[in-house]
Amino acid sequence: MPTQSGIEYIGLSRVQGPLVFVSGIRDVGFRELAEVVDASGRARLGRVLAISEDLAVVEVFEGTVGLSASRSIVRFLGRSFEYTVSGDDVLGRVFDGLGRPLDGGPLPMTGTSRDINGLPINPVARIYPRDFIQTGISAIDGMNALVRGQKLPIFSGSGLPHARLAAQIVRQARLPDGDEKFAVVFAAIGIKHEEARFFQKDFETTGSLKNVVMFLNLADDPAIVRLITPRIALTVAEHLAFEENMHVLVIMTDMTNYCEALREVATSKGEVPSRKGYPGYLYSDLASIFERAGRIIGARGSITQIPILIMPDDDITHPIPDLTGYITEGQIVLDRNLFQKGIYPPINILPSLSRLMSDGIGEGRTREDHQNLSSQLYALYAQSKRVETLAKVIGEEDLSVHDKRFLKFSVELESRFIRQGHHENRTIFETLDLGWKLATIFPEKDLIRVKPEQIRKYGIRKG
Amino acid sequence: MEPKPDRKSHNAVILAVNGPVVKIAGAYDLSMNELVVVGSEKLLGEVVSLYGEGATVQVFEDTTGLKPGAPVWGLGLPLFVELGPGMIGHIFDGTQRPLSVAKQETGSFIGRGRTLEALDRNRPWNFIPCVAAGEVVASGQVIGRVQETGHLVHPILVPPNLSGRIMEICTERLCTLEEPVARLADDRGKIQDLLLYHRWPVRRMRPCRERLAPDEPLFTGQRVVDFFFPLAKGGAAAIPGGFGTGKTITQHQLSKWADADIIVYIGCGERGNEMAGVLQDFPKLLDPRSGRPLIERTVLIANTSDMPVAAREASIYTGITIAEYYRDMGYHVALMADSTSRWAEALREISGRLEEMPAEEGFPAYLASRLAEFYERAGAVVTLGGVRGSVSVIGAVSPPGGDFSEPVTQHTKRFISTFWALDKDLASARYFPAINYLGSYSAYVDTVAGWWRQKGGIDWVDLRNRALSILKEDARLQNIVKLIGEDALPDDQKAIFYGARLIREDFLQQSAFDAIDTYAIAEKQVWMLQLILQFIDGMREAVSHRIPVYRAMRLPVIEELHRMKSTWRGDDPAPFDAIRERIEIGITGLLKNEG
Repeated sequence: MPTQSGIEYIGLSRVQGPLVFVSGIRDVGFRELAEVVDASGRARLGRVLAISEDLAVVEVFEGTVGLSASRSIVRFLGRSFEYTVSGDDVLGRVFDGLGRPLDGGPLPMTGTSRDINGLPINPVARIYPRDFIQTGISAIDGMNALVRGQKLPIFSGSGLPHARLAAQIVRQARLPDGDEKFAVVFAAIGIKHEEARFFQKDFETTGSLKNVVMFLNLADDPAIVRLITPRIALTVAEHLAFEENMHVLVIMTDMTNYCEALREVATSKGEVPSRKGYPGYLYSDLASIFERAGRIIGARGSITQIPILIMPDDDITHPIPDLTGYITEGQIVLDRNLFQKGIYPPINILPSLSRLMSDGIGEGRTREDHQNLSSQLYALYAQSKRVETLAKVIGEEDLSVHDKRFLKFSVELESRFIRQGHHENRTIFETLDLGWKLATIFPEKDLIRVKPEQIRKYGIRKG
Repeated sequence: MEPKPDRKSHNAVILAVNGPVVKIAGAYDLSMNELVVVGSEKLLGEVVSLYGEGATVQVFEDTTGLKPGAPVWGLGLPLFVELGPGMIGHIFDGTQRPLSVAKQETGSFIGRGRTLEALDRNRPWNFIPCVAAGEVVASGQVIGRVQETGHLVHPILVPPNLSGRIMEICTERLCTLEEPVARLADDRGKIQDLLLYHRWPVRRMRPCRERLAPDEPLFTGQRVVDFFFPLAKGGAAAIPGGFGTGKTITQHQLSKWADADIIVYIGCGERGNEMAGVLQDFPKLLDPRSGRPLIERTVLIANTSDMPVAAREASIYTGITIAEYYRDMGYHVALMADSTSRWAEALREISGRLEEMPAEEGFPAYLASRLAEFYERAGAVVTLGGVRGSVSVIGAVSPPGGDFSEPVTQHTKRFISTFWALDKDLASARYFPAINYLGSYSAYVDTVAGWWRQKGGIDWVDLRNRALSILKEDARLQNIVKLIGEDALPDDQKAIFYGARLIREDFLQQSAFDAIDTYAIAEKQVWMLQLILQFIDGMREAVSHRIPVYRAMRLPVIEELHRMKSTWRGDDPAPFDAIRERIEIGITGLLKNEG
């Protein structure tokens, strides 16, 4: 390793968890990058977390295992964490969680260095996202439509097929009109080898690997690196979207691991915790990641984020999904009951939501009946869930004819509309027509959220 | 706001940096809440505590790269806003930096260390004086006016802390903000220039002559709000709800349709795309009263969730001070803060970094008093200039996990009078606005009854109570239905059950996306509810004559009740009269057949 200019500090005054404390420092800046060189001469990357007159707290991304307090050497690098971006030559490449090549290729050297934390997008410079993306998945397109520039996470549970769903979205996501340049930025944050391999294989078999750049921090990789991985991925995504004018889909999985790394650092530092030991700034910190989705004026590209997170114990009120839901523009919620019924994708549409849907659909975008039909299906499905509860109490036999219709509707919606094949790619019109077929199980008088003329136009095509 | 290196406190230096909190040494001359400029990057900050020779500063920008030993300058004044023409239709960040100017200077991303003037110094305004030289003027008195937007007159006031004799005043002419329009000899004989703008510290409430009890509703065109849980002009309301329950849509609806003269919308720690949506929609939508674009009555403050946290804390003060300024001109102002929970979290983050002893859930012990200070700045007043104006405050609350027992919701409830509780179950059935009528309340029902009496000549309180009592009765029946099914109810209870459904689905539920339904004038609201209640009464009468309830529910007029909200705007009574007649005919028909 070439010697860096500047001062080297020998010895650490304290090592605690992922943090090292360096005293006697001079001219070191907040969030400055540092290298901690252990006794064997191996350098580990770290970052200044807090700084006072003569003491710096440094988080060491690759962990502090094996560091000696007396024999370690610390160098401050005089810059914040930067990543070099240039052209679109990162596509097809695989990097580790700190952006170092894993595929034997070279490190991107020429180009511009960007601070991986990015800068907030000026709201005035944003274009409000309105371009419908067809994912070919009815529960998403019909009920929770995704638009370009949106951040729409998948809330999953352990063992649920979120990876399959994400891969299917990557395969199928298309604009109705188009063949514009697209790219996928994939950030693995503490996931298992097999899951990462699943994605890699899926990208390979569909031939999209040449449009994908992967950043892999796997379950057995150093945990604190997880704080960096999504930020490098987004720095690359911003470059591709706003300078190379590509439509970028960013998959980040699993954000729960990210939050846990954040908690680990915060508790080691002795910060006052808020809910479940997570730091009070978890919301702001997650926002600094998720808000890096969108479109900006003057750039043709866009960043659409699909973060995946596993809800601990399937609990949607856990701080991680809860705060995420407050930041993102909706959520796709996977459900264990549906999964156990053998329904793929097991999307529970009731708690799922796409906040940007209503502006991305309708006449000229999808079809004029889309909004009303989706609202009607929601109302019917919500009611049918109530009827199901009732049926459990009084038995199906004693339900009225009207109520029995709800039971039928619920079964049909789940098994025909929500359920589809791993490679089944439905057009939005197929999805809507299917929705109408199910809605018209009910007589017209029960369909008060759709317009009578819509019923006449789309509803009668039974069978 | 340029730092003056010759100032006395120039020998203050940075001691430590921890996120947005910076400790400094050598702060002999700094005072509490004074603005400071920190480090070679010249980042703006505010003193939040003082001890001995040291001070703690919260910095309004990202502190990456700040180094101990770097210089700090005090600016000698507290965090302030500039108040004058040129705010309407513009968007500012939490410390009132104009974001469109920032975009011109630094592009699509927000850079650091920029001191931008809030108000455009080069734009000329046509000033028309209304006092003459020699007149004695009091604080808050109007000395002239400019036309700020197409329909908004912006009176120029004597600043609150100033009064005296006008020595000189210019005639009608174009002038920019820095050109004095008048010269005033204050009470001590000191000559002061009056400009089109003045500064005011954001953390101090602007004074008024007298606070009034609110007596007029803030009419919103949203039926569940206006009819069931009204807010008065000058009142304070909270909308709590978990994510996805429609807080933001409700806030947007209110800022679009509320009959306020000015809307101040604060996006506090929320999504950038939402602000982009407002910026895109508001110039196109027309104010139903003036017919002018909504943007011409709106001031936007945006401190999105990725922008620095200390500026988020400041943003609601910036917003409410601007609201008070327009109130002082005699306007009715409605302020939306979305979301106060993000503000409270900013408070918590700073407090945590200051290593203060936390109270509930990590929030500082002063959370409640800060909330109280904020909501108390709402009010209907007689201004210093002697006219009536008001600031209504509507704060969104984002309780973790949708659980209303958390500290921010609980403390907020103590200081507001209208509470719109959003409900997750309603939202997931796409029933909007998802305001739960059992958990919501308004203390302004008696206050605004007089307004409704004048408006429609009706007993609004009675109509409201009748509808609410049906809904309450229904809530009780719902519990039974959950156990035994609706078919098991006797017919008189079924009438209530179906009646409540009509009120819910055909009156309370209102689509923000339907061109007609999105806004309902008062007359339409009254007619709709009268018709629904008329039908329910008819149905109950039929049942009392042993006519099966389903026969009433099969009357074709039901269809018309379902569709009236999205079919008629309410400017013409004829369709409603027609429905009234058909209900009568239908019910009489039922009774006759039976008889």
